[in-house]
Amino acid sequence: MPKVKIDIDHVAKLANLNLTDEEKKTFEPQLEEIVGYISKLEKVDTKNIEPVGHITGLENVTRKDEAKPSLSQGDALANAPRTHNGFFEIEAIFQEQ
Amino acid sequence: MIDPQKLTIKEAYSLLSKREVSAVELTETYLSRIEKYNSELNAYLTINKAGAIETAEKVDKLISQKAKLSPLAGIPVAFKDMYSTKGIRTTAASKVLENYVPIYDATVVAKLNEQNVINLGKTNQDAWAHGSSGENSDFGPAQNPYDFERVPGGSSSGSAVAVSSSLALAATGTDTGGSIRLPASFCNLVGLKPTYGRVSRYGIIAMASSLDSIGHFTKTVWDNALILNHTAGMDPNDATTSPVKVDDYMDEIEKGVKNLRIGLPKEYLEGLDLKVKDILKKAAGTLEKLGAKISEISLPYTEYGVATYYIIQPSEVSSNLARYDGIRFANTRDNFGAEAKRRIILGTYTLSSGYYDAYYLRAMKVRRLIVKDFTDAFKKVDLILAPTSTGPAFKLGEKVDDPLSMYLADVYTVNINIAGVPSLNVPGGFIGDLPVGIQIIGPNFSEKLIYQAAYAYEQETKYFKRTPNL
Repeated sequence: MPKVKIDIDHVAKLANLNLTDEEKKTFEPQLEEIVGYISKLEKVDTKNIEPVGHITGLENVTRKDEAKPSLSQGDALANAPRTHNGFFEIEAIFQEQ
Repeated sequence: MIDPQKLTIKEAYSLLSKREVSAVELTETYLSRIEKYNSELNAYLTINKAGAIETAEKVDKLISQKAKLSPLAGIPVAFKDMYSTKGIRTTAASKVLENYVPIYDATVVAKLNEQNVINLGKTNQDAWAHGSSGENSDFGPAQNPYDFERVPGGSSSGSAVAVSSSLALAATGTDTGGSIRLPASFCNLVGLKPTYGRVSRYGIIAMASSLDSIGHFTKTVWDNALILNHTAGMDPNDATTSPVKVDDYMDEIEKGVKNLRIGLPKEYLEGLDLKVKDILKKAAGTLEKLGAKISEISLPYTEYGVATYYIIQPSEVSSNLARYDGIRFANTRDNFGAEAKRRIILGTYTLSSGYYDAYYLRAMKVRRLIVKDFTDAFKKVDLILAPTSTGPAFKLGEKVDDPLSMYLADVYTVNINIAGVPSLNVPGGFIGDLPVGIQIIGPNFSEKLIYQAAYAYEQETKYFKRTPNL
């Protein structure tokens, strides 16, 4: 089975995952083997084949644009680790100069 | 004195309606049994003791008022920890959600609560449904009650253990690549993966949104059909649910298999373990004896199933797990276990710029070819009979260090998810003391026909009667 190398640092950044060196060492060969295996799909002739959308054929399922009961503010904040005056509190994105 | 090991929903319903046992007595029997066995079986992560008794008292009150009650009223049920249960901790067996308490019920939970089932608690699983053995739980694996050195199967491990150990009369699960059917095979149970979109996914933690199928475990086919009668149907909260009318799955369940055309896929027989092949051939023989017509069919793209699945599924997983940011709820992302991280990385890679066409897009094209395998086959036969697992339950620890070998345990189940079709695992016999199941697969929305075939087979073989020695 061909082994394919993943740029694990790049992908981990895209996925917002911080990996330890230990984890990278374990995952790299495992992922290479898996990606090598899934590459067997290259052998299938997919010329003129359309990708599948919804598996039982549903399309554009919509509802009327009417406001309906939803979560209360209290409920929405119930599991938040940090809140402030009814808001979710997060780390600063912008820094003061 | 009720013996839960001999009980089914059908019998419990009879006892309750004849008032030979009260709902509270029945619930307390199950709660005591859980107290006795759960620490070694690790089937339940959260036990809903107070809530269960409260509902049982409500049911007894309704019975005494001669209220018209569903056959599910007072029946003890467990929910896989992927199902949001309002006010009851829901973890997906992950440290990320270790203390998460949902503020709403999943649609299936609400529907079953409406029938006054007794919610005994939340069951153990592979974290995020990532696994085929139960060993990826962040809270320790559940034990196979038939052999404590072997896995119960996954990802719906705890649910399978709960029902087969008689710690619940039914338990819900999810099946994305085999996660109901495989543990059902290893634990001697009836496990349903319904047609994609037959049962609402609303409120159930999403794994792979185009593959997740919402089903359940029971000891018998009759019990299983009863539950589907109440969980199936279109849901305005889940836009992928089907408007196709819900059958009465219990109606004509005793119809039998006379003249039913059943196909054995040759690609599933090639390289099949000889003992499993024996079980399958025996099952085909039994169905033939009951009047079915058995023939060989071909599903030519079978060999590409695992590869197709392990592109589509991790891609969708990486997207669905992006919401766990530790800001609006839950713990931070470094709390993900190894398998979750592996799948997120794999899926992010296969969807990333420069690789999307070669992997995800290509897989969705091969998917169409696999769908066509099934639609073509169902022009020739009414149902397909297939193995569920590569053998009986494998040993704990056997595959944990080799993710790819664990993925290959799904070889007989994944194509069914890729195609969206329904499949039911039924007990197929034993290899030594270990149960092995078989799958009955049908075209979209053919659950009623599948149940008829399964019922006939079950009544002839009665393998469900062989319960584990605890």
